[in-house]
Amino acid sequence: MAVIETQGFKLDNSGRRIVVDPITRIEGHLRIEVNLDDKNVIRNAVSTGTMWRGLEVILKGRDPRDAWAFVERICGVCTGVHALASVRTVEDALKIKIPDNANIIRNLMHATLYAQDHLVHFYHLHALDWVDVVSALGADPKKTSELAQSISSWPKSSPGYFRDLQSRLKKFVESGQLGPFRNGYWGHPAYKLPPEANLMAVAHYLEALDFQKEIVKIQTIFGGKNPHPNWRVGGVPCSINLDAAGAVGAINMERLNMVSRIIDDTIAFIDNVYVPDLLAIASFYKDWGAIGGGISSKNLMSYGEFPDIANDESNKSLLMPRGAIINGNLKEILPVDLKDPAQIQEFVGHSWYKYADETKGLHPFDGVTEANFVLGKGTKGTKTAIESIDESAKYSWVKSPRWRGHAMEVGPLARYVIGYASGNAEFKEPVDMVLKKLDVPLPALFSTLGRTAARGLECSWAAHKMRYFFDKLMANLKAGNFATANVDSWEPSTWPAQAQGAGFCEAPRGSLGHWIRIKDTKIDNYQCVVPTTWNAGPRDAQNQIGAYEAALMNTVMAKPDEPLEILRTIHSFDPCLACASHVISPQGEEITRVTIR
Amino acid sequence: MTMTFYDVMRRQGITRRSYLKFCSLTAASLGLGPAFAPTIAHALETKPRTPVLWLHGLECTCCTEAFIRSAHPLAKDVILSMISLDYDDTIMAAAGHQAEAALEQTMKEYKGQYILAVEGNPPLGEDGMFCMPGGKPFLEKLKHVAKDAKAIIAWGSCASWGCVQAAKPNPTTAVPINKVITDKPIIKVPGCPPIPEVMTAVVTYVATFDRLPELDRQGRPKMFYSQRIHDKCYRRPHFDAGQFVEKWDDQGAKEGYCLYKMGCKGPTTYNACSTTRWNEGTSFPIGSGHGCIGCSEDGFWDKGSFYDRLTTIREFGIEANADKVGLAAAGVVGAGLVAHAAVTAIRRAADRNKTEADSSNRVEH
Repeated sequence: MAVIETQGFKLDNSGRRIVVDPITRIEGHLRIEVNLDDKNVIRNAVSTGTMWRGLEVILKGRDPRDAWAFVERICGVCTGVHALASVRTVEDALKIKIPDNANIIRNLMHATLYAQDHLVHFYHLHALDWVDVVSALGADPKKTSELAQSISSWPKSSPGYFRDLQSRLKKFVESGQLGPFRNGYWGHPAYKLPPEANLMAVAHYLEALDFQKEIVKIQTIFGGKNPHPNWRVGGVPCSINLDAAGAVGAINMERLNMVSRIIDDTIAFIDNVYVPDLLAIASFYKDWGAIGGGISSKNLMSYGEFPDIANDESNKSLLMPRGAIINGNLKEILPVDLKDPAQIQEFVGHSWYKYADETKGLHPFDGVTEANFVLGKGTKGTKTAIESIDESAKYSWVKSPRWRGHAMEVGPLARYVIGYASGNAEFKEPVDMVLKKLDVPLPALFSTLGRTAARGLECSWAAHKMRYFFDKLMANLKAGNFATANVDSWEPSTWPAQAQGAGFCEAPRGSLGHWIRIKDTKIDNYQCVVPTTWNAGPRDAQNQIGAYEAALMNTVMAKPDEPLEILRTIHSFDPCLACASHVISPQGEEITRVTIR
Repeated sequence: MTMTFYDVMRRQGITRRSYLKFCSLTAASLGLGPAFAPTIAHALETKPRTPVLWLHGLECTCCTEAFIRSAHPLAKDVILSMISLDYDDTIMAAAGHQAEAALEQTMKEYKGQYILAVEGNPPLGEDGMFCMPGGKPFLEKLKHVAKDAKAIIAWGSCASWGCVQAAKPNPTTAVPINKVITDKPIIKVPGCPPIPEVMTAVVTYVATFDRLPELDRQGRPKMFYSQRIHDKCYRRPHFDAGQFVEKWDDQGAKEGYCLYKMGCKGPTTYNACSTTRWNEGTSFPIGSGHGCIGCSEDGFWDKGSFYDRLTTIREFGIEANADKVGLAAAGVVGAGLVAHAAVTAIRRAADRNKTEADSSNRVEH
């Protein structure tokens, strides 16, 4: 093909094609294809979502109060974010105001997810891109201890602790059964950590695996289980009872004490393990502050999150600001409105869906998602055994959302840059601290490293906000305010014949929006545009590339057959493909019918 | 970090003496003489960890997330000491060709010896390409790996029943795995997701005793799925006494009354939530004020609103003992009890129908 120029990138697919499928250590199924020039530099990148479930048509005709449970099952990793967006959407449509306690408990549950999800991402989904497990075998436990104690006061740091761990690791490797570490890229020249840092990171990989399950118990206390806790339109399911008979069947002092203790432990773990590890590891990979930026230095968006005032989603209330940055202009934060038909639109020119006019985008209130699985003429292989895909045609189950026509990056980096540009000290000061500690300039933020660093800072921010929300809840209880539900509009008989609404959520991975139309007390249309759709989406009708594709451009690969560099950048977004590709036609056409046996 | 079966037992507080006794009993139960006990002991002391290949179809990864929440045993110990998790796209280090090679190598090295664990399910629509890891239908991968598996675990409601993507009208024609794999034993561990400790208990049971747990007619381990949430619910006395939450956050809700009138599906849901509870026993849905939505039941998405009462039919049914107790306690209240009895009767009838339908191997649509 001819070279395509878009958004400052030159896409050239003439060189050697590399296919990575599956991309592992993500949620769901993703395929990445790139073309390399003769110096092993990525000159073309193709992101293909390889799964599609069709939840929105399943919602049609159902009780809007049930929607949260269906959409919650869009994703079990960022569990609860779709449920939160959904109850907000239904409440917006039916004009239901929730009590202050319900707002605080939702914020607390959501901040809990941020803390756990970011922690698991860093250690279990991302760390092995930077940490060489096999190299840890050659570490000196005493030096590892010195390293650990030089960066943190975390108590598990003695030479004996690291020696024991190393000897277990040795036995494990010597068994020949490497389990999840089998066929890893150990010894790859792009790994830069000294053996001691690797051993410390492996220790914390295991500690974090043990600890993350503690954090989510807060969701279990308020929502009954995790993953997939319970939410409810009009408030939260749990009641508060401090004094009366039967307090053991509700949120009581013992439960509150448990929440408080978990919050303390969470803050301690994140501030004494995650953040110091992040900075220590980053100091060996400063070059990644100039790699993988993609469109992050240009277009970023956040819907904002954590309303401090119940039922108020203005920036006066949102602790994490809402807004968009275009063309890298940090001086201006543009307002974002989910209901404005000119702002958020989805395109399907390169997605396996059909529009009457595919040069145009559709706002989610009018969204159409009719499957259309066709492959381009340049596809190598067959329809059911694709060797390489033809990106000049349709090539992904993910759509291409655009904000005022622009491809946008969403996620922790977007939120931190928007917070930074807003002059909010809660975001600005930690960013400046990291830049100073790593001795890198501000533009280093717009990179693979910047994304990973922003996530770590945000994890700490969320953990401290858990304490803030808890204290706020306790203040309400001291003042005698115990309400957790507004049941005025619970009964469908009280609803108008028709209603529509939109609900937002900043999920750990970025901006999530839901849109609903209710007719005669049932769901008439339901649409979701999710974070990974923004980031992983394919080209649009104008050939504008999405955030993943842009971020891979111009990266040098040390060993093209071992695609560590691709994994680093793609993982820095924390992909969630079940979220990205669940949509289907609101008309609910039959797709294909197959009978077996 | 690698431990043999014996190491694991020792670590769990089992003495050498008990361990050898276990080996003798095993020898006896296998019909071997006591002379074989040392042989078995030696085998277990040096036995490699059972390889597990964990595939993901159409799903939301809540099962994997549940698995890593297990407190006893810790997920870390399961993965590093009890099994060998040689393929799992969610946590494995390798990607692309290296990941696929790990799958093929394990299948070859441990032919007939590995366990296949399936999270999610295959869609049959669009030639299977609604889920196409590696550029091919997931269905193909599933059948390929199932071929040489010793046994199969169906994680969660997706693999067991179909779950949310198979809810009406099931746009991708997603089917539970037993519809496409019919020649292997399948252990169904339903729930959305299943309880973390139930998941690890099933895996460690198989790895420890080298046999499948006892399964019910629908393929679920009896030890966790033979009783209804309602049977062991701590709010059950309020049900029997006719004390119900009538509105969200009313006095009844604050005092932990029964959630039956708020749509709780505990009376028709077979799972261990009210006994094992969630997240190291912290709570379970009813314990935190929301009714059970029945997430471990076949087709639970299509049984009406989660807030609809199970039934309003008023007639006496079976389970005389439970009802007599309730009746004596609250003769005036009646309604709840009657409903309860009816629920039980209807449920039994429904189960009979379901079993018949299942045995005809029907496919949705």
